[in-house]
Order: sequence, then structure tokens, then C-alpha cells
Amino acid sequence: MSDIHIRINHKTYPAVGQAHAHTVIADFDLRLATGEFICLVGPSGCGKTTLLNIVAGLDTAFAGQIQVGNAQAQPKIGCVFQNPRLLPWRTVRENIELALSSAATPAIIDTLLEVMQLTDSQHAYPERLSLGMSRRVAIIRAFAIDPELLLMDEPFVSLDGKTARQVRELLLTLWQQRPHTVLFVTHDLREAIALADRLVFLSAAPMRVISDISVPLARSERHDEGLLEAFRQQLLHDYPAIKQLL
Amino acid sequence: MTIPKHFLPALSALAFLGLWQGLAVSVDSNTLPTPSVVAKVFWLACVSGQLPLHLGVTLLRLLVSFTVAMCLGCAIGIVLGRNKQLDAFFDNWLVIFLNVPALVTIILCYVWFGLVESAAILAVVINKLPNVVVTIREGTRMLDQDLLDMARSFRFGRRKTLVHVIWPQLHPYLMAATRSGLALIWKIILVVELLGRSNGMGYQLHLFFQLFDVASILAYTIAFVTVIQLLEWWVLRPLDHKAQRWRR
Repeated sequence: MSDIHIRINHKTYPAVGQAHAHTVIADFDLRLATGEFICLVGPSGCGKTTLLNIVAGLDTAFAGQIQVGNAQAQPKIGCVFQNPRLLPWRTVRENIELALSSAATPAIIDTLLEVMQLTDSQHAYPERLSLGMSRRVAIIRAFAIDPELLLMDEPFVSLDGKTARQVRELLLTLWQQRPHTVLFVTHDLREAIALADRLVFLSAAPMRVISDISVPLARSERHDEGLLEAFRQQLLHDYPAIKQLL
Repeated sequence: MTIPKHFLPALSALAFLGLWQGLAVSVDSNTLPTPSVVAKVFWLACVSGQLPLHLGVTLLRLLVSFTVAMCLGCAIGIVLGRNKQLDAFFDNWLVIFLNVPALVTIILCYVWFGLVESAAILAVVINKLPNVVVTIREGTRMLDQDLLDMARSFRFGRRKTLVHVIWPQLHPYLMAATRSGLALIWKIILVVELLGRSNGMGYQLHLFFQLFDVASILAYTIAFVTVIQLLEWWVLRPLDHKAQRWRR
């Protein structure tokens, strides 16, 4: 396990028809320490999803470099997409098993299902699940492959407040049991503060890092809504520029 | 008054037979035999072994040409659906093959390759293939890119992606190609047999036509329609059911 360095000189979508060429990311530079939970916060449409696609290796048309440690080999990356992207014709368990290499033991899946409280639904088809449950399955799938880097693209969007909080707490439980390096995209500052070790604020397109702030709250303090809110207020006070991003 | 659910099909079948009987009696002609006469002819043809023999030969041709056309068509359809350049190149070819009349293909195959079994099969395959390709190509174009990206990010590899991501999405298109294909092949195969084979349903029907034996023609038709219907009930519907089990 080693540090991750994301360096994107620029990423431009070429002109198509009437639309002009569009530079989404410019001079982007971010380093992640092993085991760190980083939240990327930025306005919608600023290119966060594009960034994750690049890091995940799904988009290779960019100028720059993604370096995971000193290894030349492709890093193992677990993705949690904005939509759960489960295969509707495979059961919950099959969806998770498919992501694993055949050598993996079923014990990992059992444990993860239990932590995420999905043991009873493991043989259900995704269409029978609620959105919150589907999102939990997607999270399990990403954790199950034991990735060097976890990418999460607003995985709690369009969940109601209560469900989002519940899934968030389950995610933290899981992450504390299996600490992976996480790059978590959100536009919800409260959510970011509750989860992250470090907050990275991004500008509108062309996207770059505006400020990079550590969250000084201990993990045990994260359940305290008052503390989270106090930190949020202080943040908004100290960095007035943030307000315009949200 | 409500009629129980499975009474309705039985009732409609009875009504059809009644109508047929009434019409045949009122016309009173050799060219429209009554259902009972057809049933008798059917029974005699079965007992003599003639009908099972010719039906069997035709079904065998159907099976071979159908299998070849489906396998080739799926492979080509998936490739064209995934590759824009190849698709642009072969699009005209497809349109040409789609629009060549079946009869022309059959005649050309017999002229070029002789009145042999392989020419007959080839003619049927060439007629069916473009339809499968077009249907499967359409299905491949509609594949969910999000799921394909997901498969790529989790490194499913080619085989897993094909079996678990692509194939289930193509299933409805495959079933459509199968159903329309069976109907199409069955119609073409009779012409193929009529023109250049000395056995099979098409050959027999031609014979009966020359003898003006309408009862036999109807008996053979009923036998074939029944086989296709049984195929639908025992093979296609269970397949459909299995593939759709995940739907709400």
C-alpha cells in the first residue's frame, strides 16, 4: 500500500456539433495518504465525475498521470457510482461475487452483508430493493474486492435524510473495520464533514483545487451533530469563498 | 357472466371448427373438406409413416439452418453493434441482403451449387441471417454503457462481461429474433423443398397440389402448426420465464 498522486494537466471534451470544446479540469494536483478519507466538495457540473472516471481508468483521454505508489501495475480500484449500477438480473449476492476474482472466499461477503444489514436480502433481485439498500450493496461490492483506492461518487444522493444518515454510519463502521483510502465526491458540506479526514474544495469548471482543509474532529466525535455543525459554521466563516461553491 | 380463463381459448377453437364445418357442408366441394375428413387423412398419413417422415426431414432442415443463422447472426450483430466503423462499412451489404427476394436467393443457390442439401440449407440461412444481424445489432446498440463501465472498473474481463452483462440485455432481442425467425424459416424452407428437394413438407405439398388433394394439404399444415405451437409452449415460454424471473 502506498500513497496516491493524481496529476491532471488538463482534460478537454472535444467540440461536438454545435457545442464548443470544453475544458473540464485544468492543473489539478492531489495527493492521498494511505488510509485517508478525502471528500471532494464542489458545485455540480464542475467535473467531479469526470475526475473519478479518469482515476478509475474508465476515461483515458486526458493529459496527466495517476500514480499509485511506485507500482507500474494497475491499482485495484473499487467504484461506488452515483447510481448503484447493480445487474438487475443477478441477485444481491451474485452481484457482489461477480466483482470478486474466483479465488475469493465467501466469508468476506458474509461479513460485509452482516455489517451492512443485508444478510436477509442476499438472494433478492435488485429491483426488489429500496434505493438505500441498493446503495449499500454497491458499497459492499466496492469493499469486497479489497481495493487500494475506493472511489465514491455521491453515493447517498437522492436518499432521504434519515436513510442517508443510516447508510453513512454503516459506511463509517465498515471503513473503520477495513480502512481503505477513499476519494468521496459530494456537494453536501454536512455529509463531507461527517465523513472526511480532509476536505478538498473544488472550483467550477475548469476544475482545480481551491482549498484543502483537515477536519480536526476525532472519529468518536462525529456522532455529535452539534460539533459537526459548529465546525461547519466556523469553516464558512473562515473561508467565505466556500459559500459560493455550495 | 364471466367465463373461466382457460375456457376462452377452447371456446374459440370450437367456434373455429364449427365455422369450418358449416362452411364445408354448405359449399360441399372437394376443395374444402370437413374437419372430420381432414382428421381421417391426418390419421392415415401418420399411420403410414409418410407424415412423420416428411415432417421430420423438414424439422431437421429447420433446426440446422436456424442454428447456423442464429449463431452467425448473433456474432455478426454484436460485432457490428460494438464497432461503428465496421457497421458503417457493412450497412449497405445488410440492406442488400435484407431486400433480395427469398426466391432469388433460393434459385441462385441451386443454380450455383446444384440441387444438393447444403445448397438448400445455405439458401435458408442467407434469407434469415440479415434479420438476426439487424435485430441483435439494435440490441447491442442499446446496451447500458453504465453497466459496461461498471464491469470494466471491476475488471470483469471478456467472458464475464459477455455472460453476465451483455447477454441478459440481449435476451429480449434474441427471443424476438427466434420467434420471427422460426416463422420466416418455416415459410422459406417449404419453397426450398418445393423447388429442389425430393422429400420434406414442401415437396409433399407440391405433390398434393398437383393432385388437388386439399385434405392432405390441410392435414400437413395442421401437423406443422402444432409442432411450432408446442415449441412455443415447451421451449420458448419457459426460457422467457426463466430469463424474466428477476423482474418485479
